[in-house]
Amino acid sequence: MKDILEIDDLHLEIRGMAVLRGVDLNVAAGQVHGLVGETGAGKSMVGRAVLGILPGGARITDGNMAFDGIDLAQLPGASRRRMLGRHMSLIPQDPMTALNPVYRIGRQLSDVLRHSLGLGRGAARRRALELLDEVRISAPERVFNQYPHELSGGMRQRVLIAGAFACGPKLIIADEPTTALDVTVQREVLRLIRRLQRNEGTALLFVTHDLGVVAKICDRVSVIHSGRIVECGPAEALFSAPQHPYTRALFAATPRYDRPGERLMPVPRQLTRRMRDDAAAYDQHRRAMARYA
Amino acid sequence: MGERRLWRALAGNRRVVLGGGVVVLLVVVALGAPLLAPEDPLRQDLLDSLLPPRWSGGDPRYLLGTDGLGRDIFSRLIFGARIALTVAVVAASLAAILGTVLGLVAGYFGGWADMVISRLVDIWMAFPPVLLSIVLVAVIGAGLHSVIIAIVIVDWTRFCRVVRAEVLVQREQDYVTSAVTIGLSRWRILLGEILPNLLPVLLVLLTLEMGIAVIVEAILSFVGLSVASDFPTWGGLIQEGRQYVYQSWWLMALPVACIIVVVVGFNALGDGLRAVLDPVMRR
Ligand SMILES: Nc1ncnc2c1ncn2[C@@H]1O[C@H](COP(=O)(O)OP(=O)(O)OP(=O)(O)O)[C@@H](O)[C@H]1O
Ligand SMILES: [Mg+2]
Repeated sequence: MKDILEIDDLHLEIRGMAVLRGVDLNVAAGQVHGLVGETGAGKSMVGRAVLGILPGGARITDGNMAFDGIDLAQLPGASRRRMLGRHMSLIPQDPMTALNPVYRIGRQLSDVLRHSLGLGRGAARRRALELLDEVRISAPERVFNQYPHELSGGMRQRVLIAGAFACGPKLIIADEPTTALDVTVQREVLRLIRRLQRNEGTALLFVTHDLGVVAKICDRVSVIHSGRIVECGPAEALFSAPQHPYTRALFAATPRYDRPGERLMPVPRQLTRRMRDDAAAYDQHRRAMARYA
Repeated sequence: MGERRLWRALAGNRRVVLGGGVVVLLVVVALGAPLLAPEDPLRQDLLDSLLPPRWSGGDPRYLLGTDGLGRDIFSRLIFGARIALTVAVVAASLAAILGTVLGLVAGYFGGWADMVISRLVDIWMAFPPVLLSIVLVAVIGAGLHSVIIAIVIVDWTRFCRVVRAEVLVQREQDYVTSAVTIGLSRWRILLGEILPNLLPVLLVLLTLEMGIAVIVEAILSFVGLSVASDFPTWGGLIQEGRQYVYQSWWLMALPVACIIVVVVGFNALGDGLRAVLDPVMRR
């Protein structure tokens, strides 16, 4: 199958500190690709690099990113912006802050449609109401006229999901879309994302540190540690026979619904320390090479 | 936010009601001055000069008495409100616009623009404001225009500093990231997404600045740098009354009282708005 997103040897620094050290990641069209790893591994930075919303001081130092065969680095700003609304979008982590507090929900959804698809006011309104209905909001008309602070976290996340799917994008980046939600709401939101993704045939890069979530919805999985992908494969293969010691340790540290009562093992310090040392040695090596280049 | 809840919160705040009442009164008096004033504020009648207010034995024709040239104090105070309101509204609004534009640019775009603007603000803040405005008007010449220009040139920094700081906070908010990821341009994000979030802060600053403008105008007309001297301004009335402070103390006390009431009104309204709008906006 064709890859919608190809990341090749991506290196990224924040104020001189290496954060991504050669990330390779391909997301196939229409598939859900999980990106798992501990906190600080660089998961969010991969997503931000693709969307072009890096924090201040961050710089891509090497590597390529291609979206739908188009090299993102070569793309002029205006074209990239057009692509952002239309062909790729984001489901953010924290629904409480991701909506503008001064505008009504309807206006914010319509804005996306009007800006990216060029819909007129009336058409945008109709489509926005449809979208609210599609994300299973029971009273779309009412929510349309409400302000963000009048909605619960779960409702806001549904609105944001509606916004992410609004223009029928080819790729959605979901950065821990359920971590800020109540456990009971998490499951519904996850199911909602999965259903819309299947119906629309959207590719999804699903960033999470929750292996349970990965098992539920991902087709393929990449495991990231210290800014490098240590293992990548189909979800079942990875779950049944993890190859890399870090992946194995990560699984041993996660409760599994199919093996209740199993003892959990923390990820051994030695292992993560060794991998960090490896990463540091690698940085040193690259710096040395850069001097001769 | 729900508009109805906001109105109720505003109506429930004592400072908003009090300050708002004073401001509304000022507007009514200023706009309706020709109807409200019993006499022509410029008409002199030397035979009736320095009459005391009606209740302490003055002529019933002159509610608050007359000045040294026999002009009706009550009417002069009423017409003085026109200048006060004009300066408050025009000068404060222009200062707000100038300061906000520069603050938005400095805060959002950063880089050299921020450096230049922030340096400029630092230099500005080093001058004592009242002295600066007196010097400015002395240089560009007396008159209402000059007073307004002086206030704008001196006080834009108040807006610039606050707006810049506020933009620095707002631009890191997730809703801005959301706006970037739907492909909005930088100007559209700054003006369409961030600026509306600053409106409550701007409204508070604007109200407080109007109070300041009233004081500065009074000071400048006191030193004779505002409008032509026979037209009544509160600062000018204080200056005229100063000569008679021993015989007719009310000549000076009345315009001072007007200024105090109006300035306290603007400040109360500003503080009240801040108290009401802050929790609403920071949710
Ligand atoms: N704004 C920033 N400034 C400087 N360093 C940052 C910034 N954001 C992230 N980093 C660094 O980049 C690294 C990767 O961060 P990233 O946010 O991608 O981690 P993550 O895998 O998403 O973790 P989490 O699970 O906590 O979200 C971290 O080590 C972090 O210290
Ligand atoms: Mg993250």
